[in-house]
Amino acid sequence: MSGDVSQPASFAFNAEYLAKADQIIARYPEGRQQSAVLPLLDLAQRQHGWLPRAAMDHVAAKLRMAPIRVYEVATFYTMFNLRPVGRYFLQACTTTPCWLRGSDAVVGACRKVLGIGVGESTPDGLFSLVEVECLGACVNAPILQVNDDFYEDLDGPATERLLQSLQRGEVPPMGSVTGRQASAPAGGPTTLASLSFDRAPKTAAEGAE
Amino acid sequence: MLDDKDRIFTNLYGIHDWRLAGARARGDWDGTRELVLKGRDWIIEQMKASGLRGRGGAGFPTGLKWSFMPKSSPDGRPSYLVVNADESEPGTCKDRDILRHDPHKLVEGCLLAGVAMGASAGYIYVRGEFYNEAQRLQAAVDEAYGAGLVGKNACGSGYDFELYVHRGAGAYICGEETALLESLEGNKGQPRLKPPFPAQCGLYGCPTTVNNVETIAVAPTILRRGGAWFAGIGRPNNTGTKVFCISGHVERPCNVEESMGIPLRELIEKHCGGVRGGWDNLLAVIPGGSSVPVLPKSICDEVLMDFDSLREVRSGLGTAAVIVMDKSTDIIKAIARLSRFYKHESCGQCTPCREGTGWMWRVMERMVKGQAEIEEIDMLLDVSQEIEGHTICALGDAAAWPVQGLIRHFRPVMEQRILAYRSERLGRLPPARAA
Repeated sequence: MSGDVSQPASFAFNAEYLAKADQIIARYPEGRQQSAVLPLLDLAQRQHGWLPRAAMDHVAAKLRMAPIRVYEVATFYTMFNLRPVGRYFLQACTTTPCWLRGSDAVVGACRKVLGIGVGESTPDGLFSLVEVECLGACVNAPILQVNDDFYEDLDGPATERLLQSLQRGEVPPMGSVTGRQASAPAGGPTTLASLSFDRAPKTAAEGAE
Repeated sequence: MLDDKDRIFTNLYGIHDWRLAGARARGDWDGTRELVLKGRDWIIEQMKASGLRGRGGAGFPTGLKWSFMPKSSPDGRPSYLVVNADESEPGTCKDRDILRHDPHKLVEGCLLAGVAMGASAGYIYVRGEFYNEAQRLQAAVDEAYGAGLVGKNACGSGYDFELYVHRGAGAYICGEETALLESLEGNKGQPRLKPPFPAQCGLYGCPTTVNNVETIAVAPTILRRGGAWFAGIGRPNNTGTKVFCISGHVERPCNVEESMGIPLRELIEKHCGGVRGGWDNLLAVIPGGSSVPVLPKSICDEVLMDFDSLREVRSGLGTAAVIVMDKSTDIIKAIARLSRFYKHESCGQCTPCREGTGWMWRVMERMVKGQAEIEEIDMLLDVSQEIEGHTICALGDAAAWPVQGLIRHFRPVMEQRILAYRSERLGRLPPARAA
């Protein structure tokens, strides 16, 4: 774990997150509360901004797990940030499908606008940039994930505009920056146009032709 | 081309309402009670008749897989359905559209699949990065509970079925079914040895079947329209419709539901506006997600997009994620980036994969520059074959195949790169030392 990071002395879920944690634990059978470790670590990270050791210990106690088992999990999965990250956590996908569509320009725009490289944060604590593996939105490549949201169909200039908006504290709507309808081909779908759904649902007999 | 009336994912692009009312208007949750009451044997029979093969990549017959679940539980262990929504195979983004635009197809499919395997509960494991998609799915599950469609006495059928959404936290390996189960139990996602297979000993040591999102989401339509309808689309042993994800160097990348067995060229030209710069500008295609071997243009000209056709050309349908590369692509760099992906995603459990993926990546990085010896190409091939088949799960194979495909079809490009690097270096050296 990150020994050079200043760790808070203690952590506890606040009332809101404690209620959420209990709701999550109830999804798993009696005695299988360990299943909730990923969702609870995620909650802890959302509450604190990153995942300090005290939060792992808190989750371990809550789930009656040995702390080492929680540390193992926290260090295995890439979404847990074991050191502080910026308010806008930028995750640039550079795997082949994004790379083919110009992810180098997305990373380049981050460097240019923010003056930071991969693995770095801006001194004001507003932005952190990391490179990630395939985000699973490849037909809308290249993708930049900002906190929980995907920004899609980017290029260098569009990425610069996105970052400048964030610098002003404005968060643009997530999704395609070109205004494309989700994963449909640009310019409009080649399929499904003949269907409309304003009528009553078919009966089972009609559905079976 | 597939007729719109035979398309299952009628809200693939999110144009219509994803909520329960919208889903019902599109025919979801129609007569579900009657389908449940027809019972597990009838459901499995219809799924077998449909010829549906798993949509997560391996292509195992779904009806047969469901039939492996025990019919009774003398020791009182419950059975589980687990849905693999850990979509992370580079190039693949079809399950994302189902989760966010057609979540009720998945929720209804979970109930029907649950009945077919005698499961008391289902867990849908969604990759952690799909935060918004998981929220959407959870809202659909909540709607289904609210309407009495799942939970106690689901759809008024007398069948009890609980359904939960579980988010991962960033690990490609959790798409492997036993790693997914480990992760769902709250451990590191490291694959288990098989046997025992999940159908005997899966989640919490109980009988479990793990299915891909698309596999489950097509089941309700198959059961409503009949296995024979689905089997009538595509080719024998490669039936039905399939959501294809076409990314890379096409004019208009997209997801689209088409017939299995559609020619690759037709798929690209009908729905994606063709290859950037025209078909003759095509260099190569990875037809089924990053794990399957790349195909050169000469094969792409004719090949059909289904399990058997792609296996005949020593590649695979995989997840039907079509990654297109035009002639501007540095094909060695494109594959080297995939090697880096597998190095990053190896769980570290088996030595051939843990050490081999890193070794292959380092050699591939040198190959990109040409900073290698010609003989190292054969050594790379040899090492890739030592990784393949020598690990607990298929990640080792998945890491080896892209490299093998590159060497099989683009060896001359690799050799030229090495020779070019060598002559450039010799050119830069003083003449006396070059001799």
